[in-house]
Amino acid sequence: MTEKERQELLENLLAKQKAGELKASDRYNIPLQEMPEQDPDIRRTNVDEVATGYTETNARIEALRCLGCKTAPCVQGCPVKIRIKDFVEAIAEGEYSKALSIIKENSLLPAVCGRVCPQENQCQLTCTVGKKFKDPTKAVSIGRLERFVADLDFVARASSPSDHGLEAHDTEESTPAVAAETGKKVAIIGSGPGGIVAAADTRRAGHDVTLFEAFHKPGGVMVYGIPEFRLPKAIVQKEIDTLTNMGVKPNYNFIVGKTRTIQQLMNEDGFDAVYIGVGAGLPNFMGIEGESLVGVFSANEYLTRANLMKAYSFGSGSDTPIIQSKQVAVVGGGNVAMDAARTALRLGAEKVYLIYRRTEKEMPARIEEVHHAKQEGIEFHILQSPKRVLGDENSRVTGIECLKYELGEPDDSGRRRPIAIKDSEFIIELDTVIIAIGNTPNPLISQTMPELEMTRWGTIVVDENTMATSVPGIFAGGDIVSGAATVILAMGQGRIAAASINEYLAKKIQP
Amino acid sequence: MAHKIVSKKQLSTDVFTAEIEAPLIAQARQPGQFVIIGINNEYSERIPLTIAGADPQKGTIQLIWQRVGKTTAELSEMKIGDTIANVAGPLGKGTHLQKYGTVVCIGGGIGNAPLLPIATALKEHGNKIISILGARNKELLILVDEFAKISDELIVTTDDGSYGRKALVTEPLKEICMREPKPNKAYAIGPAIMMKFCCGVTKQFDVPTEVSLNTIMVDGTGMCGGCRIEYDGKPKFVCVDGPEFDGHKVNFDLMMKRLGAYKDLEQREHEKHKCKIGLNRKK
Ligand SMILES: Cc1cc2nc3c(=O)[nH]c(=O)nc-3n(C[C@H](O)[C@H](O)[C@H](O)COP(=O)(O)OP(=O)(O)OC[C@H]3O[C@@H](n4cnc5c(N)ncnc54)[C@H](O)[C@@H]3O)c2cc1C
Ligand code: FES
Repeated sequence: MTEKERQELLENLLAKQKAGELKASDRYNIPLQEMPEQDPDIRRTNVDEVATGYTETNARIEALRCLGCKTAPCVQGCPVKIRIKDFVEAIAEGEYSKALSIIKENSLLPAVCGRVCPQENQCQLTCTVGKKFKDPTKAVSIGRLERFVADLDFVARASSPSDHGLEAHDTEESTPAVAAETGKKVAIIGSGPGGIVAAADTRRAGHDVTLFEAFHKPGGVMVYGIPEFRLPKAIVQKEIDTLTNMGVKPNYNFIVGKTRTIQQLMNEDGFDAVYIGVGAGLPNFMGIEGESLVGVFSANEYLTRANLMKAYSFGSGSDTPIIQSKQVAVVGGGNVAMDAARTALRLGAEKVYLIYRRTEKEMPARIEEVHHAKQEGIEFHILQSPKRVLGDENSRVTGIECLKYELGEPDDSGRRRPIAIKDSEFIIELDTVIIAIGNTPNPLISQTMPELEMTRWGTIVVDENTMATSVPGIFAGGDIVSGAATVILAMGQGRIAAASINEYLAKKIQP
Repeated sequence: MAHKIVSKKQLSTDVFTAEIEAPLIAQARQPGQFVIIGINNEYSERIPLTIAGADPQKGTIQLIWQRVGKTTAELSEMKIGDTIANVAGPLGKGTHLQKYGTVVCIGGGIGNAPLLPIATALKEHGNKIISILGARNKELLILVDEFAKISDELIVTTDDGSYGRKALVTEPLKEICMREPKPNKAYAIGPAIMMKFCCGVTKQFDVPTEVSLNTIMVDGTGMCGGCRIEYDGKPKFVCVDGPEFDGHKVNFDLMMKRLGAYKDLEQREHEKHKCKIGLNRKK
C-alpha cells in the first residue's frame, strides 16, 4: 500500500468512525500496519536502527483496529497495567500528547518499552484482535503505537516545534516538577531501567538522590547489552539527561561493595534509603571442554565491547578491539543470543549460526527479533547443542562439536525438555563462539552484606508489594530480584520501590 | 569525577609512575587490589592497573605502568595536572595477609610494582622477606631501592648481567628453595612466562605460591568473563576471584594464549598511531 492509499483509507475509516459506523467486523478487516524497516541487506552492514517507526497514518490506522473492549484484556497483560485501550483510542483520535500522558501514568520509559517489550507474551497475548486471528503478532500492534507517541515526544523535545509540526503544548514539559527539598538522601545503585525510574520518582518527591553506577556510562543493559540497531543510545541518554535536569546526582565508576559499601553509605555518608538495582550481570558458561580457548566469548563481553566500548569503530575512533570473525556460532535462544548474532553480522562475519537446543517455539527471544535475525541471514540450528569447542595448537577456536537433540516431556518451566540423541555428534568449522545461555546475579553487594537475605539463586528476597528487603531502608528491584527478566518488570519494580521509599522517608520526616 | 595527576615520574625507558587523585579508592584499597582506568569517556578502552600504593590522607593512589599498548602510551604522554576521566575500583580481592615465616617475593619487570605493596604488607605482618627482582637489563629494573628497604635479603638478576647477577629469577629461587628450612611461602608477580617457571620450581619443592594475574579485562566486576582463566581445570574470573591465585593450579599456557588474543590487531593500530605521532612532531 502506498502512503497515498493509506491516507485515503484512514480518511474513510475516520469518516465511518465519526458516523458511528465502524463495526468490529470492519475493524478486523483493517490491514495490520507493518513496521517500516531498513532493508535486510542494507541494515546488516550498518548499526542504525532496524525498525524506522510508524508514520502518523500508520499509527492512526493501526489504532483503529482496536475494538475498545470493555474489559480491556490488554491492560491485564501489561506488567505495569498501562491503560492501553485508552491510549490507543487517543492515538486513533490524533490526540498524541494525551496518549503519551496516559502511558506515562504507569511507565516512564515508553520509547524504550515500545521497542524492547516482549508484547507477544504480554498485552498482545491477551488482545481480543490477536485472539481472533489466533496469533498475538496479528493483535493491535501496541508496542509500535507506544513507540510512535514516545518518539514524537522525543523529536519534539530535541527540536523546535516548527520542525515537526506539533504544537508545543502537544508535548510534555521536558523536566518533571520536583517537590520541595526534604533533606533526605536516597542512594540508587545501578542505572538500569529500574534505577532510572526509582531515581526519577524519589527525586520528584523532593529527596536528594544520588545514582551510583559501576560503569563510566549510565543505562545498564540498555547501553552495554541491547545494541544500537535495536535501541538507539540517544533515547536512553535522554532519560538520563532528564534525571540530571531534575537534580539527580550521577556518580559513575562507583562500585558499591568495593568503592564504598552500603553500610558506609548509610552509616557514614548519611543516606537514609537505598534502592539496589544492580541487575543480573554474571554470564553463565556451559562448562564444556574448550570453553577457555581464544575466540570463545560470553555474549556480555562481546556486546559490551561492541556497544559500550564502540569496538565496531576500532582504529577509526574506538581503542577497544574486538575479534574479527568470519564464522561465528552463537549458543542460546534469547534476546541476548539474537543481539550477539546480529552484532557479529554487522561486525563483518560472513556466516553466523545460532545454535539452540530446543525448537523455535521455545525460544525466549521476542518474535520480532527472531524474524529480523532470519531475514538478515542468521542460520538457525535448532535442536542442537555444543559438546565441546575445538582449537588449534595456538588455542584458537577452529570449530565446535555439537550433538543433536529431540524434545521429551515438559520440565518444571513447562517447556519440553531437550534430550540428546546418542552418537549424533557433528562438527561445524568456525573461528568464534559466543555463549548466550543466561546471566546470574552479581554477588559483589551480597558478599559485603551478609544481613541481606538472598535466595539460593543469588537474587535478593523482597516483599513484592513494597520491594522492601530484609534490611530496613533498603529496597531492591529489577534483575537482581527477578533473575534475568525484562526492562518493563525492572521499571515496574523500580516504581513500586520508589513509592515505598517515599513512604518510608515521609514517616521519618514527620515529627 | 575526573582524576587529576598530581605527580608523575619516569622510572625507566618504558615504565612510568603517577599519583592520581582518587580519595575513595585511596581509603578503601587493600594491597593486591587494582583499578580499571579509561582516559576519556567516549572511545577509550578500559585497562586494569594495580594500585602500587595509596595515601588516604592526601586522597591519592599510585599507579605504575609500562608503555605497551595505545592506552599506556597515551598515559605516558600525560602531564601533571591532566585528568583521567575514569578510574574505578578498588577491584579484586586484597592479598590474604598473615604470618607465614619466610616469604620469597619474586618480581619480574613491571611485576615489581604490584609486588611492592604486597611485600611491604607481608613484612608488616612479621614475615621475613627474601626478594628476588629480575629484568632483562639494568635499564628495565624498577623499585630496587624500595625493595631494599623492606627486604631481609635482596637478590637482583638481569638476563644480560648489566646489573646484579646474570641469571633468570628461577636460578636464585631454586637455591633458596633448597635451603634448610625451605621458605614457607612464595609470591611471584611478573610476565606470565616467568610466573609459570617460578611455579615450576616452587612446586618441585612444595612451597605454596601465590601469583597475581593481569589478564585482559573489560568491566572488572565479573560481568564479561573476558578475564577468565583455567584454574584447577575450571574457569575462574581474575577480576573477582583474583587477581591472586595459587600458582600451582593456574593453566599458564592457556592464559598466555588468551593474553595474545588481540595482539595482531592492536599491533597494527599501534603502528598506525605511532606513525601519526611522528607526523605531528615533525610539524
Ligand atoms: C543483550 C540483552 C538483550 C536484552 N533484550 C531485552 C529485550 O528485548 N526486552 C526486554 O524487556 N529485556 C531485555 N533484556 C533484559 C533487560 O535488559 C533487563 O531485564 C533489564 O535491563 C534489567 O534492569 P535492571 O534495572 O535490573 O538493571 P540493569 O539494566 O541490569 O543494570 C544494572 C546496572 O547496575 C550496575 N551495577 C552492577 N553492580 C553494581 C554495583 N555494585 N555498584 C554500582 N552499579 C552496579 C551495572 O553496571 C548496570 O549498569 C536484555 C538483556 C540483555 C543482556
Ligand atoms: S573483567 Fe569482565 S569479568 Fe572480569
